[in-house]
Amino acid sequence: MGAQLPAPEPAIGPESAEFWAATLEGRLLLGFCDSCLTYFWYPRPLCPACGTWGARLRESAGLGEVVSYTRVHRGLGEYAEVGVYVVGYVQLDEGPRLLTNLVDVSDDLRIGDRVAVVFHKTDGPAALPRFRPASEPAHSA
Amino acid sequence: MTSRAAYVVGAFEHPARSLPGRSVASVHAEVAHGALRDAGLNFSDVDAYFCAGDAPGFGAISMAEYLGIRPRYTDSTETGGSAPIAHLGHAAAAIADGRCDVALVTLAGLPRQSTSRTFRLEYPEGLEAPEDEFEQPFGATTPALYALAARRHMYEYGTTSADLAAVKVAASRHAAVNPNARLRNEVTVEEVLESAMIADPLHKLDCCVVTDGGGAVVVVAEEIARSLPRTAVRVLGYGEASPHGSGGDVPLTSVGAQLSGPRAFERAGVRPADIKYASIYDSYTITVLLTLEGLGFCEPGQAGRFVREGALVAPYGRLPVNTDGGGLSNNHPANRGGITKIIEAVRQIRGEANPEVQIPNCDLAVAHGTGGWLTTRAGAATVVLGGVG
Repeated sequence: MGAQLPAPEPAIGPESAEFWAATLEGRLLLGFCDSCLTYFWYPRPLCPACGTWGARLRESAGLGEVVSYTRVHRGLGEYAEVGVYVVGYVQLDEGPRLLTNLVDVSDDLRIGDRVAVVFHKTDGPAALPRFRPASEPAHSA
Repeated sequence: MTSRAAYVVGAFEHPARSLPGRSVASVHAEVAHGALRDAGLNFSDVDAYFCAGDAPGFGAISMAEYLGIRPRYTDSTETGGSAPIAHLGHAAAAIADGRCDVALVTLAGLPRQSTSRTFRLEYPEGLEAPEDEFEQPFGATTPALYALAARRHMYEYGTTSADLAAVKVAASRHAAVNPNARLRNEVTVEEVLESAMIADPLHKLDCCVVTDGGGAVVVVAEEIARSLPRTAVRVLGYGEASPHGSGGDVPLTSVGAQLSGPRAFERAGVRPADIKYASIYDSYTITVLLTLEGLGFCEPGQAGRFVREGALVAPYGRLPVNTDGGGLSNNHPANRGGITKIIEAVRQIRGEANPEVQIPNCDLAVAHGTGGWLTTRAGAATVVLGGVG
């Protein structure tokens, strides 16, 4: 499930080039505030936790756990023809939860499963951070 | 500074559910006309106008011209399905503050005439939502986002698909006696569970209908309400909230009703247990379960049991909900439908609901709207309405 997922190109904002460039190198960056020491998602220059201006990017280990998921049977847009795929929330070990796809998962996917980031190249200067079961050997998409 | 009570004196729901050959502006105008007629007022009486993103043109200004009104107070707050309830609260505040006397709120749309198959809003270039680039590529449809809440609620509390289905069953029983309802067939739990899977655990019959149409309400100051022939419905309390992921602490089973509800109840001086009827936003069955808990009609995690025991079924359930058939079976105009929540609450307090579902002596009601997308960011608005005894 998920092996043939489309990888739509994100509409990269003017302040997100560094974030997306890192995805091409296999690195997941999070927003991080040096004032309140909080990781946040999605990245932006203002810390949404404490209001400090000048937050930066900091690398995530790319590991976390599934906090919810759904098998989507009716995709739209680029996903209209792909069959069933999985959308989920992953809570990263650094704290933030992010919306993503869960790939290479079995039918007994469970909330609480450990997952690790993988990157799926888009047609643009970006790769999509998706997550697969953490216990299996990594492979590129 | 004055402080005057505000009353809903006019309410109108467009009877059609499909409107080919119409413009969105004309449907806004038609429902406005209907609500003003219901109130016994004219367009020339209107001095405040409220509409949201479903209104065509530039904020409230294009429609103000179309309607031929000259408002001294406008508000185009856009919070999706909760917007009309927010508008009602804002109108009551503006009336209390003496800034206007006769406020008109409209909602209308024609989604059945659209061929668009996008799954998120599209914004003008340069005005995309800041989260879009981090979320859009993953194919998270609207039902998928609500399914994420449903799955988590099942995990935390043992809620079942049959519990979700019970919400639709109640809605379908109410819609069966509503001659205008989009879907008038009563369904069983089994039929919900056997309907096509959309985003598990949500089936097709866990999702609201898509309808054209709309509705409008007229809110006025006390002295004007007294001069009108129709039963006036008092705005007793109002609250709103804007729940969101706040940088990664994404809410999965908590909703804005937890904040907007107590704010509205406190202002009204009533408790959830006092409420005789509730219009609860029902974009999906899970939306109702989470809102029942959020508003305090049952404890967190207990909404599944609450609905399983038939609480929502009128007229004698513990808390009859959406006696018009709701968004699930009756009407969800413009893919948001929040105005219908106010209109059915007004009907119940006036004693003008469909007779089979009219709650005896219904003198205290709640209408709650949820806008946007649960599990990402949403609007929430609650209003408490009362009869004039």
